[in-house]
Amino acid sequence: MGQIQLKQVTKSFGDVQVIPPLDLTIQDGEFTVFVGPSGCGKSTLLRLIAGLEDITTGHIEIDGTDATDLVPAKRGLAMVFQSYALYPHMSVRKNIAFPLRMAKMDQAQIDKRVDAAAAVLNLADYIDRKPGQLSGGQRQRVAIGRAIVREPSAFLFDEPLSNLDAALRVGMRMEISELHKKLDTTMIYVTHDQVEAMTMADKIVVLQAGVIEQVGSPLELYRTPRNTFVAGFIGSPKMNLISGEEAAKHDAATIGVRPEHIDVVESGGTWTGTVGVAEHLGSDTFFHIHNTGLAETLTVRAIGDVNLTHGDAIHLNPRMDELHKFDAQGLRIG
Amino acid sequence: MATKASRSAARLMMAPAVILLLGWMLVPLIMTLWFSFRVYLPLRGGDQGWAGFDNYTRFVSSSAFWPSIQTTLVIVLGVLAITVIFGTLIALLLDQPIWGQGIVRILVIAPFFVMPTVSALVWKNMFMDPINGLFSHISRFFGAEPVNWLSGRGIDWTINLYFTSFDLEVTMGVFSIIMIVSWQWLPFAALILLTAVQSLDSEQLEAAEMDGAPVHKRFWYIILPHLGRAITIVILIQTIFLLSIFAEIFVTTGGAFDTRTLSYLIFQRVLESQNIGLGSAGGVYAIILANIIAIFLMRIVGKNLD
Repeated sequence: MGQIQLKQVTKSFGDVQVIPPLDLTIQDGEFTVFVGPSGCGKSTLLRLIAGLEDITTGHIEIDGTDATDLVPAKRGLAMVFQSYALYPHMSVRKNIAFPLRMAKMDQAQIDKRVDAAAAVLNLADYIDRKPGQLSGGQRQRVAIGRAIVREPSAFLFDEPLSNLDAALRVGMRMEISELHKKLDTTMIYVTHDQVEAMTMADKIVVLQAGVIEQVGSPLELYRTPRNTFVAGFIGSPKMNLISGEEAAKHDAATIGVRPEHIDVVESGGTWTGTVGVAEHLGSDTFFHIHNTGLAETLTVRAIGDVNLTHGDAIHLNPRMDELHKFDAQGLRIG
Repeated sequence: MATKASRSAARLMMAPAVILLLGWMLVPLIMTLWFSFRVYLPLRGGDQGWAGFDNYTRFVSSSAFWPSIQTTLVIVLGVLAITVIFGTLIALLLDQPIWGQGIVRILVIAPFFVMPTVSALVWKNMFMDPINGLFSHISRFFGAEPVNWLSGRGIDWTINLYFTSFDLEVTMGVFSIIMIVSWQWLPFAALILLTAVQSLDSEQLEAAEMDGAPVHKRFWYIILPHLGRAITIVILIQTIFLLSIFAEIFVTTGGAFDTRTLSYLIFQRVLESQNIGLGSAGGVYAIILANIIAIFLMRIVGKNLD
């Protein structure tokens, strides 16, 4: 079980309200990702759920019971921190066993659980080492191990991959996803990286300035962003948001078209311009295009072998059925 | 980038400092060693030639020697215990956000800036004086007999070690000196430990909190191990300075009431008995003792500073 419900939760630090009244339900077994730019309150929200910060007003319910005033240890949640927060003077085994020792479990039971967690996370080879002797990825695994031995009703991850290098990050991303499939436990994952959010989540919660902009599955957010903020935040490279005359033609204040929904044509496209920077990734090529007559620089994603370089003229055709329209408040039309 | 030329240039430029420090250290050391083998009585005939190891045997066979070693150890260990325990507590308190934090911190550090002679005089005359001292006034206010802080009898302990047991008498004088010296050194310990407390990653404490560790267990399992390194450094530095405390004893008891430490005994041999040879031999013993302790401590610190 691991259903978490936030009811009209607010948080203020002094006079500054960082989270205005907020409602959110996280279903049992769901992998939920909180995503948003730095300082949007996503980590604060996670800490409120963990109990490391007191909520100012509102209620938090875990599995249907009020947990608002419960201390962190009594909420049955486990957290993986950004800095891993391993205890440096304890071996890996003692680190993982620590929550069980605090729960006064007997030693045989502790050993059994630690060994099981070590097996799941491939920690057996360095179980007697100190955290200082481990690499970033290994430390991350120990931190996850310390969380899973408690068999919590939900896991909380606070930007756990941001200290790892790019290659390791992709690997750990898969491992965490697989762990979720294996354990089938609720997980809440905070990140500023929309790629992590898209690849891992069952449900994404997009936050900006403490306000939930949109909640939905990754593809829902990709296909039907509720407003210009979500449209610009989800998807890589960013959606082209065009306002002004071009938008007015479509009866909207802003129109959005994703780089992958603009076709490069030989001649006679809707827009023509010159290539500024061409980023060749092999499988794809990203073109940044100037002088289209639009105020904004366009980004276009083309197949790998389009042979255009800096300064070349380019003809573009956006796919009309993939066009997103937004009104003057930035909200989606239709 | 150490080329041959830069290395010899470096040596040349370091030479004055090295020579100065070496001279600073070696000249007194060699003089002490020299005098310790001489019969040198400034008021009774001056330097009267070689004494062999006579001074060394006389110094240790004197009835004052072993009690002075015991007093030295009691004072050093007593001060270390008080400063480390209370220093940790003060550091934890100072780490809490309070109103007027800056002023409180300066006040806590203040005793460290008071000269030992001055602080000992203040303690002796303003607090511990049996007639006019603040402590005696407090005692009388509650209708009790004022405590003889410096000349009182003190406490007898029987210390049982697994191989031996012995009686340890701590006079009020020794106790008072421990109190005065602890007061001076507490700020030092608190300050070093405060920086150590502040360097603890708060996420570790939060992780322990989530793992179900209550406050006292968080202290025991997370904060205290983190402070281990700072505590060994406090012990190391304080021991070196505490072995040579002098002014506090000179000003308060003048070595009476069992407060004679090794360094005070050396002072008495040289200046009160006017026997430079005997005092120098004591000085050499003190050097050996300090080095033994330093080697032990360096090993412990080395182990902790991996």
